[in-house]
Amino acid sequence: MKTTYREAIRAAMREALLGDERVFLMGEDVGRYGGCFAVSLGLLEEFGPERIRDTPLSESGFVGAGIGAALGGMRPIVEIMTVNFSLLALDQLVNNAATLLHMSGGQFNVPVVFRLTTGAGRQLAAQHSHSLEGWYAHIPGLRILTPATLEDARGMLGTALEDPDPVLIFEHGSLYNVPGEIADDAGLVNIDKAAVRRAGADVALITYGGTLPVVLESADRLAAEGIEAEVVDLRVLRPLDDAALLAAVAKTHRAVVVDEGWRSGSLSAEISARITEQAFFDLDAPVGRVCSAEVPVPYARHLELAALPSVERVVEAVHKVVGAGG
Amino acid sequence: MTAPGEKAHPEEAKLLQLLDADGRRVPDPELERWVEDVSTDQLGALYEDMAIARRIDVEATALQRQGELGLWPPLLGQEASQIGSARALREDDFVFSSYRENGVAYCRGVGFEDILRVWRGNSGSGWDPYSINMATPQIIIGAQTLHATGYALGCQQDGVDSAAIAYFGDGATSEGDVNEAMVFAASFQAPVIFFCQNNQWAISEPVGLQARRPIAGRAPGFGIPSLRVDGNDVLAVLAATRIALDRARSGGGPTFIEAVTYRVGPHTTSDDPTRYEDSNQREDWVRRDPLARVEAHLAAAGFFSDGFRDGVKAKADDAAARLRAGCHSLKDPEPMTVFEHVYSSPHPALERQRARYTQYLATIEGGNR
Ligand SMILES: Cc1ncc(C[n+]2csc(CCOP(=O)(O)OP(=O)(O)O)c2C)c(N)n1
Ligand SMILES: [Mg+2]
Repeated sequence: MKTTYREAIRAAMREALLGDERVFLMGEDVGRYGGCFAVSLGLLEEFGPERIRDTPLSESGFVGAGIGAALGGMRPIVEIMTVNFSLLALDQLVNNAATLLHMSGGQFNVPVVFRLTTGAGRQLAAQHSHSLEGWYAHIPGLRILTPATLEDARGMLGTALEDPDPVLIFEHGSLYNVPGEIADDAGLVNIDKAAVRRAGADVALITYGGTLPVVLESADRLAAEGIEAEVVDLRVLRPLDDAALLAAVAKTHRAVVVDEGWRSGSLSAEISARITEQAFFDLDAPVGRVCSAEVPVPYARHLELAALPSVERVVEAVHKVVGAGG
Repeated sequence: MTAPGEKAHPEEAKLLQLLDADGRRVPDPELERWVEDVSTDQLGALYEDMAIARRIDVEATALQRQGELGLWPPLLGQEASQIGSARALREDDFVFSSYRENGVAYCRGVGFEDILRVWRGNSGSGWDPYSINMATPQIIIGAQTLHATGYALGCQQDGVDSAAIAYFGDGATSEGDVNEAMVFAASFQAPVIFFCQNNQWAISEPVGLQARRPIAGRAPGFGIPSLRVDGNDVLAVLAATRIALDRARSGGGPTFIEAVTYRVGPHTTSDDPTRYEDSNQREDWVRRDPLARVEAHLAAAGFFSDGFRDGVKAKADDAAARLRAGCHSLKDPEPMTVFEHVYSSPHPALERQRARYTQYLATIEGGNR
């Protein structure tokens, strides 16, 4: 059936709300407005104000309350309008959600799912364009998901709700309108493994979330030049699927990591380190990286585009690693 | 705002007013002595400011619709709150605002092209904060209240009688930052004014979700005196802000002002209020328009002549024309400016990126364009 990324997430929430009365949604503007990105449109009318809850404008408030409700046996879906505003709830996320199981000696489960819009590219300027999922992937105790396809948009939420631990799902703002077909019976998907989105033997392009479409387009462009890229969609940033990374490198001997996050101390650095630690002798060239310019994300359209990973920059990076030692 | 059938708390602050919705003077001896000096002429000037602020707002909305601006946050309906408070300030006071206070910026003397610069998407910042003593607008809800408090602590330490004023919305009052700012301001008796424009909405959320009782009622619990004022009454807002400033300047510490008003326009030009707003409620508020009541008052005083009206219109049209011209004059920044203003002095990580990017641009036809 035809759907969009946005509708697929909505369908996943509907299914969860219908299937488990412990599930409820809360956040800013999620009810009457249907969500700042229209993801929850229509859910208030269907499920009522107790299960689709507009909250006061306090990120620390609804994140902390979500944790508390989860401790009490509920299965909250907490929408944080964007990752940028999750910074006002960092204490609840990092000091609390991530540690309560540990600090209660395994007695306090925190089965809450946080949904956050992430990423740049929509001319929203420096305080509204962060890609901080790599940062959150640094935190033990959290599981970090980045659905990039319609199947994952449809299927990750349900599996995340079954997880007894806190899960953060990052939805890239550029993906909501992506249309496509999914199976009528599309359902839960795993939240452990990376996936190969395109097979190729010349170079592994490793990415996730909002840059997957950029990378797939780059792969097409490279194919026209005779370079076949294997595209690995990480899907899950914590825990990272090392086996998938190593398999792709063993096959292609070259890798480029594409990550909208900043380069220094980043997820792309972590992936690159894991490859050099575990597959150094498979490599024919140093691992390449395409990240965002290390500046606050610019506001002017052309500057913003210049600062973000682009097809041109991915192709350039591939030329470099394919040229090297090849 | 008390819901039908609900009784107001006895200690609830009364709504201060000097001009009712029909432009009649409301007697309030305590309040009116703060605006005794405001002549009919001066009220006319406040009217003119409001008319110009409204005209700027309408023009900017049109520019956004015409594709010249990325986004615009209208202030329609909030002119009296913004002009009344901003005109009470001295040049040496410092404003920390949100995105919506473009009427305040106008009063501070911001250049016409600078109002729109940030909304056109040309630069991260519109105006030079120190040239008009008004900080770059805050986009993260509530954060500026702490900055204002810290600035006020600096004034206190310097021994000057300047004050800081923080503008924020009803929604912002739910954020931790705003509450923490009040704790700090009270604890140190900082010369800061918390100016909350309760425009009844935080995007789609009605104020009742943030506060069951009038917002002004919270401040006393922090040890901060508070005033609840008709935010569509420019004279009452001016008086309330003067009271707060007088307290701040004389070492009396912070004041909280709740200006009760209404966001007549959308949250921003990207918003569609028909999805959540009751049009009757809107109509009710439009009847309490901040400009119409001054107009009626001035007319009754024989001051609102054709000449006056035409003069105001000419000035507003001129402001709109300058705004539009200013907007068109804004040039796209050069690509290399991406690396500016990340650090104050040269930084090795940026220099490396700059060098790489220069090389990359050189490979593209046409050089660095
Ligand atoms: C910390 C934070 N959370 C959420 C947002 C998204 N947001 C932008 S404006 C707004 C509503 C603000 O309402 P209010 O404080 O009443 O100010 P108003 O827009 O009415 O002037 C929200 C939720 C944000 N910018 N910052
Ligand atoms: Mg508001």
